[in-house]
Amino acid sequence: MQNIDKIIDKWNTDPDYVIEMMQDIQDELRHTPREVLEQITKRTKVPLARLYHIATFYKSFSLTLQGIHKIQVCTGTACHVKGAPNILDAFARELKIEIGETTEDGKYTLDEVRCLGCCSLAPVVMINDDVYGNFTTKKIKSLLEKYK
Amino acid sequence: MNKIKVGLASCGIAAGAKQIQEYIQNEIKDKKLNIALEETGCIGMCYNEPLVEVFSDSGQWLYGNVTEEKAEKIIEHHAQNDKPIKEWLVKAENIQTDDDSYFAKQLKIASRNCGIIDPTKIDDYISTGGYESLKKALKTSSQDIIKEIMKSGIRGRGGGGFPTGVKWESAVNAAKKKNEKPIIVCNADEGDPGAFMDRNLMESDPHTVLEGLIIGAYAIGAEEGYIYIRREYPLALKRIESAVKQAQEKGFLGQNILGSDFKLEIKIHRGAGAFVCGESTALMASMMGKAGEPRAKYIHNVESGFKNKPTVLNNVETFANIPVILEKGAKWFAEIGSGDVSENPWGGSSGTKVFSLVGNLERTGLIEVPMGITLREIVYDIGGGIPKGRKFKAIQTGGPSGGCLPESHLDLEVDFDSLTKAGSMMGSGGMIVMDDKTCMVDIARYFITFLKGESCGKCTPCREGLIALDEILTRITKGKGKEGDIELMDNICETMKIASLCELGKSASNPVLSTIKYFIDEYVAHIKDRKCPAGVCKELIKYKVNDNCTGCTICAKNCPVDAVSGKPKEMHSIDQEKCIKCDICNEVCNFDAITVE
Repeated sequence: MQNIDKIIDKWNTDPDYVIEMMQDIQDELRHTPREVLEQITKRTKVPLARLYHIATFYKSFSLTLQGIHKIQVCTGTACHVKGAPNILDAFARELKIEIGETTEDGKYTLDEVRCLGCCSLAPVVMINDDVYGNFTTKKIKSLLEKYK
Repeated sequence: MNKIKVGLASCGIAAGAKQIQEYIQNEIKDKKLNIALEETGCIGMCYNEPLVEVFSDSGQWLYGNVTEEKAEKIIEHHAQNDKPIKEWLVKAENIQTDDDSYFAKQLKIASRNCGIIDPTKIDDYISTGGYESLKKALKTSSQDIIKEIMKSGIRGRGGGGFPTGVKWESAVNAAKKKNEKPIIVCNADEGDPGAFMDRNLMESDPHTVLEGLIIGAYAIGAEEGYIYIRREYPLALKRIESAVKQAQEKGFLGQNILGSDFKLEIKIHRGAGAFVCGESTALMASMMGKAGEPRAKYIHNVESGFKNKPTVLNNVETFANIPVILEKGAKWFAEIGSGDVSENPWGGSSGTKVFSLVGNLERTGLIEVPMGITLREIVYDIGGGIPKGRKFKAIQTGGPSGGCLPESHLDLEVDFDSLTKAGSMMGSGGMIVMDDKTCMVDIARYFITFLKGESCGKCTPCREGLIALDEILTRITKGKGKEGDIELMDNICETMKIASLCELGKSASNPVLSTIKYFIDEYVAHIKDRKCPAGVCKELIKYKVNDNCTGCTICAKNCPVDAVSGKPKEMHSIDQEKCIKCDICNEVCNFDAITVE
């Protein structure tokens, strides 16, 4: 919990910046669990209900632990037109999970994201911070090999 | 010394530019070459990424689709021995290439430096005349700057099209009345799927955005500025953060800017993933650490916005235009574009607009064109038309709030007013071209599903209307449409238009209404004939093997559910019971032997 305090301090316990704090915590812990939200409440005096509203309103946050590698299949308009739904399905088949779920071994979380802004290279897939353009289902196996 | 520049914006990196840069760096190091290596942003030619530019005695040569093998030769022949390689050239001075037509009709104002300067270095921006407009502004009265912006006719590039000068003046008046300092905010929450103009401006030329913002702050008398960037753009965020720091060091931000009494502090907020936060009041709620729910706007932001202070919110691209307007003059700017803005800014659409031109096109990328250019010129002259001999079906503009226009509307002029009249809108600048393999009912469902997920849920017409529309459209795409569904959707759309709280809800019905208006036949085919003419809706299509099949077995090997069977060198067949319509057989087939019916 020391790390959490450090993050809250970084934003000067400013209630305007709770969303920023929560993003840093999400990055650090791969989720924003209740204990953490309670700690933010204690330090910033922002009501727990509002933090819960934020955690469930914005897509960046999750209340449950996310996988080590976050796979985001872009389903923006250009990617949709160029076959993103099939790619998303193929990932789900390969990982044996549904969209939004995490594999049992905690390695991968599969999600869709509406537009990474690389539309000219559609369809696009992002793993962690790396973006892969002109993606095809054929590339899935070798890509997962890279992120073990 | 010869120089090599690699384009390193997000799209370039996704295409492998980072590896190319590392490769070139290693080559230079290993072979101890006397070549400088620099980076730049994106020139907008995304279809040719990764791009590498060589500067030598032969001039400036831009190479496209560079691989490591090509990079090795480019270094050896061109960068070292000044023998350019013409086959790989995409752009050079004095030499004609096939790609010249991509630029011929473009006019770059906001994106003038993109792909040319190094976005990580403020001195590169300064050397192109950067921050000169700020210097000029500080010697001018703030009223005169607002007058100049008003005269230029520039309207909000985020899609709203509200005249920037009018907005600034209203904020100044409100601030005087309330005796408060106004706030200035840059909206960099580019959420429209299929649009990435602002991302590129921030990644490739962050200082022009910043300079525009600083000039705006001076004009309205703000001492506090904010930039709200969506989290999905990590590189843009990094570039803007570093640009703010550099500008502070150079004295363009902070106390006593350039020796004047003017002071400005800029803070950055990261969006946490909510489309509705692009809406001004939702954005401001988010900046105050709340869920991004809009409010009704009977009180405008310019009177009471962020923390109830008079607030000006402008889009990234709007700010990027400001330094150029001050440099070249309002008159120059007003003469570019369509309509006549000399009497008032509502009279036309002056200047240029950056568009992200994507979808089923030969040449995809970012373009900046004068307002008033036709859709046909954009699709065919710049975009190079539809690939693989397919036919144009529709162009989608304006993001989820926009609409789809058919071929018969391609001669429409692109500006704030004419596309709106046709039932779409120019919006922030996403343009997605769709060929005859795109199902328009599926597209309508796609946007509605998106908006359903993004609706904040505060007002009933938007929340419930989208749920109902999604249900009906999903039903239709599954072949379970009912007679009367189209009329029912019309009815729901009408209610949402009239009764929703914010623009998201008011315009959310556009994708449905425009596709019904222009592509009603496809709806009828889905509902009455239970067919998807474009071959997209899975419940309505079948994959079959045709006579082209050579029995190569590749489809059978790749089918994830073993639905394909057949002996080698004999025609294969697909078990319809097992087939999940994943399209993999079609993708791997080398003989065009899969038919989608």
